[in-house]
Amino acid sequence: MGAVAIEALQMAFVLLAAPGLVGIVRAVKARFLRREGPPLIQPYRQLARLLGKEVVLAHNASWLFRTAPYLILALTWAAASVVPTFSTHIIFARLGDLIVITALLGSARFVLALAGLDIGTSFGGIGASREVMFASLAEPAMLMIVVTLAITAGSTQLSSIAAFMLSPVLGLRISFALALVALGIVALAENGRIPVDNPATHLELTMVHEAMVLEYSGRHLAMIELAAALKLLLMISIIICIFFPFGLGGTGATGFLLGLASYAAKLGIAAVLLGIFEVSLAKMRVFRVPELLGAGLMLGLLATLLLYVSRSL
Amino acid sequence: MGLGFDIAHMLAGLMVLASLLLLYQDRLTALINVLRLHGFILALAVAWQAHIQSAPELFVSAAIALLVKALVIPGALDRIVERLGIHRNVETVGGIGLTMFAGMALVALSLRVMLPVTAAADPVSRQDIALALSVVLIGLLIMVTRRNALGQVAGFLSLENGIDLAAAGARGMPLVVELSVAFSVLIAFIVIGIYLFRIRERFDSVDLAALESFRGERR
Amino acid sequence: MILILLAGTAVLLALALAGAVVKGQGRSLYAIASFVAFLSAILALISLPARPETLVLPLGLPWLGWHFRLDPLSAFFLLVVDLGAASSSLFAIGYGRHEAEPGRVLPFFPLFLASLQLVVLAADAFSFLFSWELMSLASWALVLVQHRDHESIRAGYVYLVMALLSGLALLLSFGLLAGAAGSYEFAAMRLAHPAPGLAVLALLLALIGTGAKAGLVPLHAWLPLAHPAAPSQVSALMSGVMTKVAVYAFLRIAFGLLPVPPGWIGLLVLALGGITSVLGVLYALMQHDLKRLLAYHTVENIGIIFIGIGLAMVFRAAGGEEAAAALALTAALFHVLNHSLFKSLLFFGAGAVDRATGTRDMERGGGLIHRMPQTAFFFLIGCAAISALPPLNGFVSEWLTFQAILLGPGLPEWGPKIIIPVAGALLALAASLAAACFVKAFGITFLGRPRSREAAEAAETDRFSLSAMGILAVLCFLAGIFPAAVINAFAPVSRALLGAAMPAQSHLPWGTIIPVAAARSSYDGSAIFLLILAVTVLAIAGARHLAAHAVRRAPAWDCGFPDPRPVTQYTATSFAEPIRRVFGPVLFGAASIVRMPPPGATGPAQIKNVLHDRLWEMFYDPVAIAVARLAEAANHLQFLTIRRYLFFVFAALVMLLFSLALLQ
Repeated sequence: MGAVAIEALQMAFVLLAAPGLVGIVRAVKARFLRREGPPLIQPYRQLARLLGKEVVLAHNASWLFRTAPYLILALTWAAASVVPTFSTHIIFARLGDLIVITALLGSARFVLALAGLDIGTSFGGIGASREVMFASLAEPAMLMIVVTLAITAGSTQLSSIAAFMLSPVLGLRISFALALVALGIVALAENGRIPVDNPATHLELTMVHEAMVLEYSGRHLAMIELAAALKLLLMISIIICIFFPFGLGGTGATGFLLGLASYAAKLGIAAVLLGIFEVSLAKMRVFRVPELLGAGLMLGLLATLLLYVSRSL
Repeated sequence: MGLGFDIAHMLAGLMVLASLLLLYQDRLTALINVLRLHGFILALAVAWQAHIQSAPELFVSAAIALLVKALVIPGALDRIVERLGIHRNVETVGGIGLTMFAGMALVALSLRVMLPVTAAADPVSRQDIALALSVVLIGLLIMVTRRNALGQVAGFLSLENGIDLAAAGARGMPLVVELSVAFSVLIAFIVIGIYLFRIRERFDSVDLAALESFRGERR
Repeated sequence: MILILLAGTAVLLALALAGAVVKGQGRSLYAIASFVAFLSAILALISLPARPETLVLPLGLPWLGWHFRLDPLSAFFLLVVDLGAASSSLFAIGYGRHEAEPGRVLPFFPLFLASLQLVVLAADAFSFLFSWELMSLASWALVLVQHRDHESIRAGYVYLVMALLSGLALLLSFGLLAGAAGSYEFAAMRLAHPAPGLAVLALLLALIGTGAKAGLVPLHAWLPLAHPAAPSQVSALMSGVMTKVAVYAFLRIAFGLLPVPPGWIGLLVLALGGITSVLGVLYALMQHDLKRLLAYHTVENIGIIFIGIGLAMVFRAAGGEEAAAALALTAALFHVLNHSLFKSLLFFGAGAVDRATGTRDMERGGGLIHRMPQTAFFFLIGCAAISALPPLNGFVSEWLTFQAILLGPGLPEWGPKIIIPVAGALLALAASLAAACFVKAFGITFLGRPRSREAAEAAETDRFSLSAMGILAVLCFLAGIFPAAVINAFAPVSRALLGAAMPAQSHLPWGTIIPVAAARSSYDGSAIFLLILAVTVLAIAGARHLAAHAVRRAPAWDCGFPDPRPVTQYTATSFAEPIRRVFGPVLFGAASIVRMPPPGATGPAQIKNVLHDRLWEMFYDPVAIAVARLAEAANHLQFLTIRRYLFFVFAALVMLLFSLALLQ
């Protein structure tokens, strides 16, 4: 199968699967709270309904506000197209490395924060200012993880890192465990999940992401919701690709199908774990979050330092 | 080498991580739980050293560590907290971010100092000693930055765990030393326990600020 | 070639003379300056890969002459200087109309441009220092354009003191070098072999001298005072170009004139760079004066550049790491180019906003995206570029710097192994804080609702200013999506300084850059851009096809409680509050003092934010106090009898003879 076809399939798959992932997380959370919960396809229905609705724009909305949803979706989608999800043989794998993916997500956040400020409401401002505060610590933590990986794998390219992780030279390293925890913290913060932010609330003073998108409606809101779901899938895919790349390197039709199946299974497991994690924790106070993210940053640094006393270096 | 080294390295690394967690915690109960974890990892690390060095007397050390540091002392601390009724936060000097950063700097410093010096040594004990030194230093840092007497106890105990780790890593550490260290810790612990109750009796608080103001010191 | 370039400089000097006599706004003067600078930028670009040229003119010291040299390093920095000069002159054609006292700008502006060119072309210590001081003095005169403003006077004073310090340190540094070489010519210094201790001392002095000019912490304090005080075209030149000339001077001395210095100096530069970048951006975040924010941000970018230079020095000292050193140096040079482009662009935008609203205070801005759409668009591109967002140019240079950092752990020594990843963390922190800073700068100034009448009635700026911004925005964009071409252009510079260059990137498809090896890392700016473009089009087309088209305008929703008063918006200060709370208490001693009226009282509650500039308090105040005391003590010397003055002269003479006797 050609690299182009695989790439096209991946881009379609991630976009279509993302709302389903959100659906699974919500269903798991509902089950653990002894609620019936919405059906798995509820996120799709919601998107369809939003697309059918008219857009209500504030009087002073600028062109930036109207183009931002498409840009946010596009930047997130572009980042997702670079990550090897079920096959390393995608043509866009060489366009960028883990740093580029982080920066693309950073661009999406930049646009989103600006859109939050555009109408000039206090909610938009609070969301934007908190979002950039979280990001200012989450991004360095992410880059420290990149450093750890790059020292051992000799690469920042996700496909090379996955290949290294599959190779037998790996051994048991505490640095990777630390990096995994740090990456988990970053992923929670990037997606505004509990304990950093609560994705289920709309009216709570601690909210971050929802406050920024408060003024959006109709198809614009659909784009942003889709982008948020895609981002969740993207971060989970990065974790899978780095730390659980089993079944990824296959070639040919069978290897490819195996990769797809294992990827889908891993996504499902991750969604269930995320749901369980979220119901078992309470949301943090906003100003505890920097401490958590700072701890993530420190874990990344510690992982790097501990590598120096490990076997191969 | 190989797996034996990897596991020793992982356990020692976990010790450092647990020390940093001690720095991060600002609630007493959580602090004691992390201390328990610290002792538990220490017991595992010593046991693993016993296994790879084939030194059966180290198993005794591991058992002592498990018993005293992972079970008895944290349990006693829990009871103290309960009897004193202090479940509130431990105040730290400087923010958590700053102390965490200082902790990381200490880890880097001890690696920088120990690794070149011990270049000729056996890699297992080499990394053990380097990481043990950082555990000791972080223990001191905890003692320096906590305003609460219990926080200082936690710092002291983690420091002692670090010394234990170093002792286990260096081959041929006699058991006598180990036993005497364990005893000294117990005695220190008893002294600190009494001291805590006395402070509490007198000042109705275990915040060290009360002591300092009593002595007329300025914070 | 060098003669033609010097002819251009001579034209600029003539313009400076003309500026002293001409009446009016001097539009034609700016136009000529812009044209000359543009031509010399093209010449500099052409001579980048050419062989070095030298020229001696019978000027200056009679036994020395005035030496000029055009080699790849000076050609590159001449390109940076002239790009900035051309665009700021173009901007000034329109912007200068608003100048209240053009007579205070017109003579000094071309003089400043000419001195910038002279510094990078100078090839002996005398002409270098002469041009350097000329540059300082011309820019000092431009800082004092608004000479009735107290802030400007203070800025000018601090600037002058720091410029003197910088000049003094460089003078001593060159003195040490010349002493070893026996000549003031750079060519002789290059061949001399100074004693190792002497070389280190000269390099440290050069670091102080150039660092004070570039704004390296803790020598940065003058920069955020002086840069915003000048007219905006000059602010752009000072921030975008003059700091780069200081970087040039450091590169020239560290890589061009001295033997390979020991690795710890590289680590020192690296650490200073890392600290500078984080402190600079944190200071920037605390500002609400748009131009001062940009000036503090210059400090951050200088930090990033010095991270690259420090890495290059560390790799160079390690030996056998030429490829890594070339990567780090290329990253630093790339960032030099990038910063000169987008910082000029941003200062032009800030100047346009200043002229349109009459204030640089962001708290009085807001909603300008509706009133000044083109300025807003260009400013947004500048913001995205400086925040290191792909596919723009700022990202490429920071990505390259990061790739160089990732090679650091491979070094054998323990110092670099540990410090380099920490520098990486600082760089990442600075980059993400920069994004936060420019969300604030753009969002508070251009978005939201106008916070003052002036902002509500602002008008779009003139077409000259717009075209200057537009050209720079296009350059930012091009450098971002064709990074391979830029990297290839830097190869001669890197080869001249290190004897090695990054592998040629030209054979690769599209705009792919591969710093080390394909399996290690790669980035493709143009393909990423096309990908984003294609996916955006896809998303818009998809929405067109699938979604309802209706759009209704309505009042803002704001959770059901919209308040029409613009004061209910987030301000610049409140936007930065979370970050101030996270970083401020430790770094700035930040505190909020809240005064609540007692229950039942009708008085307003008050909140006051206090920030301390710890560096200023720890570093500058003691020095200032000590100097004041010394001056106080020396003051007595003014009221002595002639006999005592004669005694001093006599004592000095005897001391001199005595030391001479001791030395023999």
